[in-house]
Amino acid sequence: MEEPIPAQPSETAAVPTAPPVRPTRRTFITATTAAGATVATGGLVAGPSRVGAAAPAESPPTSPVSLSVNGDRHTVTVDNRTSLLDLLREHLGLTGSKKGCNAGACGACTVLVDGRRVNSCLTLAVRLEGAEVTTIEGLADGDRLHPLQQAFIDQDAFQCGYCTPGQIMSGVGCMQEGHSGSAEEIREWMSGNICRCGCYVKIVRAVEQAAGRK
Amino acid sequence: MYPFSFTKAAGTREALEAGRRGGRYIAGGTTLVDLMRETVERPRTLVDISALPMREVTDTARGGLRIGALVRMAEAAAHPKVRTLYPVISQALELSASAQLRNMATIGGNIMQRTRCAYFRDVTAACNKREPGSGCAALQGYNRTHAILGTSDHCVATHPSDVAVAFAALEASVHLLGPDGERSVPFADFLLQPGDTPNREQALRPGELITAVEIPPHPGPLKSGYMKVRDRQSYEFALTSAAVALHVRGGVIRQAKIAVGGVGTVPWRLPAVERRLTGRRPSDALWAEAAEGAAEGARPLTHNRFKVELLKRTVERQLRIVGGTK
Ligand SMILES: Cc1cc2nc3c(=O)[nH]c(=O)nc-3n(C[C@H](O)[C@H](O)[C@H](O)COP(=O)(O)OP(=O)(O)OC[C@H]3O[C@@H](n4cnc5c(N)ncnc54)[C@H](O)[C@@H]3O)c2cc1C
Ligand code: FES
Ligand code: FES
Repeated sequence: MEEPIPAQPSETAAVPTAPPVRPTRRTFITATTAAGATVATGGLVAGPSRVGAAAPAESPPTSPVSLSVNGDRHTVTVDNRTSLLDLLREHLGLTGSKKGCNAGACGACTVLVDGRRVNSCLTLAVRLEGAEVTTIEGLADGDRLHPLQQAFIDQDAFQCGYCTPGQIMSGVGCMQEGHSGSAEEIREWMSGNICRCGCYVKIVRAVEQAAGRK
Repeated sequence: MYPFSFTKAAGTREALEAGRRGGRYIAGGTTLVDLMRETVERPRTLVDISALPMREVTDTARGGLRIGALVRMAEAAAHPKVRTLYPVISQALELSASAQLRNMATIGGNIMQRTRCAYFRDVTAACNKREPGSGCAALQGYNRTHAILGTSDHCVATHPSDVAVAFAALEASVHLLGPDGERSVPFADFLLQPGDTPNREQALRPGELITAVEIPPHPGPLKSGYMKVRDRQSYEFALTSAAVALHVRGGVIRQAKIAVGGVGTVPWRLPAVERRLTGRRPSDALWAEAAEGAAEGARPLTHNRFKVELLKRTVERQLRIVGGTK
């Protein structure tokens, strides 16, 4: 039997069930391109009332998952293929985490899951039942920036800024793990974050500043 | 990515049952999710095994160490026993991937990872590993990073794991649990050379779970270390690598265990080099003499001839780092 055309990750539909979220332009476009006419209704418009309703015959398997993001609890039904990165960006509207390679090879999508830095592009959302996720949006304390955010500004540690949220989340993990003891150590333990603009020297300085070494 | 159903196994029995029905185990997911996205892997069911009790590093009765299959790469590398007894394992792990990936990936998943050959990952290219009988695009293609040892006319892809090279050198064994019970396979027999069935990569039976990797006791003092040579300093797979463990007593090398990576279709042991070292006294001249045989039997391809010399030098340098000089 011919397999259906595989849907790309960002095109997989997640159905937020609580609190109900209006479909944004972004989810509308992605869900329609992914699923075509048959499945769109299953994924899209769906509010809480659809939970438990029989899925349309063709629709890809979904699962409910309840997780906390930056302290807010979310209970969503996700297409099993949805990555944490897509859940954050496409469905929860948290676009701070970036998609560079979608393959674990750049670090732009770095977030903390249960306190550990991970690549959200390789993390299936469906596996995160009960998890606590921290993204760049959850790092500041109200209007007070996290010391590493402030250090990135002080050290001018970015140009285009695309890698920056991942760099900062990774830097937070790096410091918590105790791997910010020297510039060399920071360079090695931050190597999972690529910067196309080549701001490495200043990124290392920013981590040194936040770690209290500068 | 193709749709799949998902279940999380509460315990080992449930996981094995799901595995028996054809479910695919997922541990850290760092390579499986990636390959599913590329549609190289197309499991219909994923079985999350992260709740299984295989998370510990424990001493064995024989005096070795048992690393649970679900121990994360970061945890295994940082474990005090691993660091003091087998630095070669810690070093191989910390020179692998990135801090983020090591926080996710597990020891069991690591030794199960599939080749990074670009033709394997590209579903439009010929690849006997992915699509038996379709040919090998790497043979006539761009094969700079491919293997020079253990290759066949059907496949020249390297095994990409670093820690597997350390496990091969330390003569580890892989503990397996299947519907028919437990068994243990020597590491040397666990990863398979391609031959004419490159699609068969591990001596794992359908539905079998890896529960642990066991390092046997070695006579002490054992000095060991891992060297990795690559195109960039970090966050890159090996062009060549060497895991070296030496037991030196009374100024004489009593035992030498050496395996190399980045060059073989599987982690490659160097018994001839080990023999040249055994019973001799450490010296710069000895390292050079022994390493001269490191690439014996190599069959370089169009673009990876450089690996022959690079391999010899990698082994020589790592022998000097671990064994010192007079
Ligand atoms: C950008 C990048 C760079 C990398 N660089 C390196 C590197 O330099 N060196 C290196 O060694 N590795 C490197 N890796 C590979 C990485 O180490 C592996 O992806 C990881 O170790 C796989 O472990 P996992 O737990 O995530 O496996 P998963 O992706 O969960 O599983 C991999 C395979 O193993 C099977 N499996 C997992 N656990 C078990 C078990 N207990 N029993 C039976 N089957 C099981 C799964 O079914 C699947 O087929 C890199 C990966 C990426 C993405
Ligand atoms: S987007 Fe996740 S590592 Fe590149
Ligand atoms: S600032 Fe542009 S990629 Fe890093």
